[in-house]
Amino acid sequence: MKLHEFQSKALLSARGVNVPEGRVALTPGEAREAALALGADRIAVKSQVLAGGRGLAGGVRLVSSAGEVEAAAAAMLGRTLITEQTGPAGCRVNRVLIETAVRPVRSLYLSLLVDAARAEIALLAGAEGSEDIEQRLQSGETRLERLSLGTGDAPEKAALTGLAERLGLGSGLHSAFASLLDQLRLAFVELDATLIELNPLVVTEDGKFVAVDVKMIIDDNALFRHPELVALREEHDGDEIELVAQNRRLNYLRMDGNIGLAVNGAGLGLATLDMVRAANGSAANFMDIRTTATSLDVAHGFTLLLNNPAVRSILVNVHGGGMQPCDTIADGLGIAMRRTGRTCPVIVRLTGNNAEYARFRFANFGCKVIDCPDMWTAVSRAVSAAHGERS
Amino acid sequence: MTILVDQNTRVICQGMTGWAGTHYSAAMMEYGTRIVGGVTPGKGGTYHLNLPVFDEVAGAMKETGANASMIFVPPENAAAAMIEAIEADMPLVVALTERVPVQDMLRVRAALKQSSTVLVGPNSQGILSPGVCKIGVMATGSERKGHVGILSRSASLTSEVIAQVSAAGLGQSTTVGIGGDAIHGLSMRDCMELFLADQDTRGVIAIGEIGGSEEQELAEFLAAIKPDIPVVGLVVGRHAPTERRMGHAGAFAQSAASDAGNKISALKDAGVIIAKSPHLVGETIREAMAAAA
Repeated sequence: MKLHEFQSKALLSARGVNVPEGRVALTPGEAREAALALGADRIAVKSQVLAGGRGLAGGVRLVSSAGEVEAAAAAMLGRTLITEQTGPAGCRVNRVLIETAVRPVRSLYLSLLVDAARAEIALLAGAEGSEDIEQRLQSGETRLERLSLGTGDAPEKAALTGLAERLGLGSGLHSAFASLLDQLRLAFVELDATLIELNPLVVTEDGKFVAVDVKMIIDDNALFRHPELVALREEHDGDEIELVAQNRRLNYLRMDGNIGLAVNGAGLGLATLDMVRAANGSAANFMDIRTTATSLDVAHGFTLLLNNPAVRSILVNVHGGGMQPCDTIADGLGIAMRRTGRTCPVIVRLTGNNAEYARFRFANFGCKVIDCPDMWTAVSRAVSAAHGERS
Repeated sequence: MTILVDQNTRVICQGMTGWAGTHYSAAMMEYGTRIVGGVTPGKGGTYHLNLPVFDEVAGAMKETGANASMIFVPPENAAAAMIEAIEADMPLVVALTERVPVQDMLRVRAALKQSSTVLVGPNSQGILSPGVCKIGVMATGSERKGHVGILSRSASLTSEVIAQVSAAGLGQSTTVGIGGDAIHGLSMRDCMELFLADQDTRGVIAIGEIGGSEEQELAEFLAAIKPDIPVVGLVVGRHAPTERRMGHAGAFAQSAASDAGNKISALKDAGVIIAKSPHLVGETIREAMAAAA
């Protein structure tokens, strides 16, 4: 689960990390009040969306009066922000963060993340923090230092001092740097984070480290340990449809084609997408039915597909396993087809556990489906149906 | 011959008294797997499915002579169950549990470092040696005893490929779901090494997908060892939706390897025969094995 900047900062601030003084505003009026309350001469107005690249896309502005704050907030709120990470659809801005601008002496890059290849937590640090760090890494203009933190262990003092020196931090800053890393390491483990990124992390004139921007991702599989973090999702402005799917034990992603795709299992789903593309088709979505989904969950999923006006045909590729037999999926599809009343070609390929029983269920629901014996036949027929060809 | 399991495999089930443990243990016994007991803390001394239940793995091993454990413990306690089995020096641990927190898996991997246990999974569909032993949740019916080894990161695709291999007139020596999570036990490379050491496996299918860099590690291994049996590869996700990601420099460092195209070319360069489409894997291994014979 991605967290907003203001949520991430609140979580880190509660654990001792310095962040700029700031308030969240939902309206331009609130933004003005927030600016007056901060009383700073330089103020940052920051769009709160779950994507990076905001600064370069005009989603962050630095201004110097409450009036300018109000105007900047008015220009951002309710608008769709398109950054290089949001995709062409962009993200709607429902909140702005109003912050006292920090005057940096130095800007650094710092992140903690789960390194899957080495099965450990890694600390990455760069001597120059900036929004275009990815490009600068790619061009080789800058590089990151790496330190292993194991399962969240404190690094050895010598390793820490070495890192601070390589980052060009004077010895006067070493102890503050060590405590910051301690706070971040403990927060990372306590919150079940998979990423905490401070970019930039600035050093102020009085020798303090301040996290000027923070990104945080929490492990979805660990949310059962963190009801307080689940509650933060209410402040998210995510895709409603994807949220419905999430609650229905479906992994759903919106795409821009015209074939509604349903599969059981991520691998089979990726394979199907590759075949759809090979057959010159394009999927309207990716929907993976998890092993724990019930027929009602599946029905909600197919309703999303059938209600999508872009969908010209539906492709169901299911290999019934020991955990998710075909009939559960057939029942879900049958319920959805009866409920929406939408007629569009439904191409199914069912095999494995309870495939025969699933066909019997379709007949019972009175649903017309085009039953295909193998994946490639099903994919080609779904593609030609979506192109409007008779099959 | 098989890998990881054989007719002498004696299995205990951690979490046997729960719904999933009960359901799948019963199905495995029906298949012929020798399940010899269960472990559920607090239920030691009782019986379930006519098998003795123990409080701890160590006690269960001592009493039953078990040499494998399968884990059906819910995500909350799955890592603790894996670590308990590892610390008891259980030779083989198969973790079927899905959605185990990733930081828990860091601790499991740390425990594995000081141990000789082979961990398969988590989020694995299990291991199946047709007619010999099944430790897992896969449906059976389309598998056939034979000489193709299958190793896979995806449960659903494994079922698909097993059916294709059988339809091509071949059978499987062993199929191994190494698990779909980013951090898991037995790697693609290590599983391949086991297959190559098995006299009865005459061809191997490796099923990979986007994410991580295991396919590249497998490719490196194959390039060095130059196996004398055909290896067929399938890597899916070339046209996966580009998830609206929260970009960060760390992901950037790993992104190149996680791309399907990169994995495919690494495997191809290592001599792996890449299946042209996911529906052609069975045919591809049939042709490759016929050519090698």
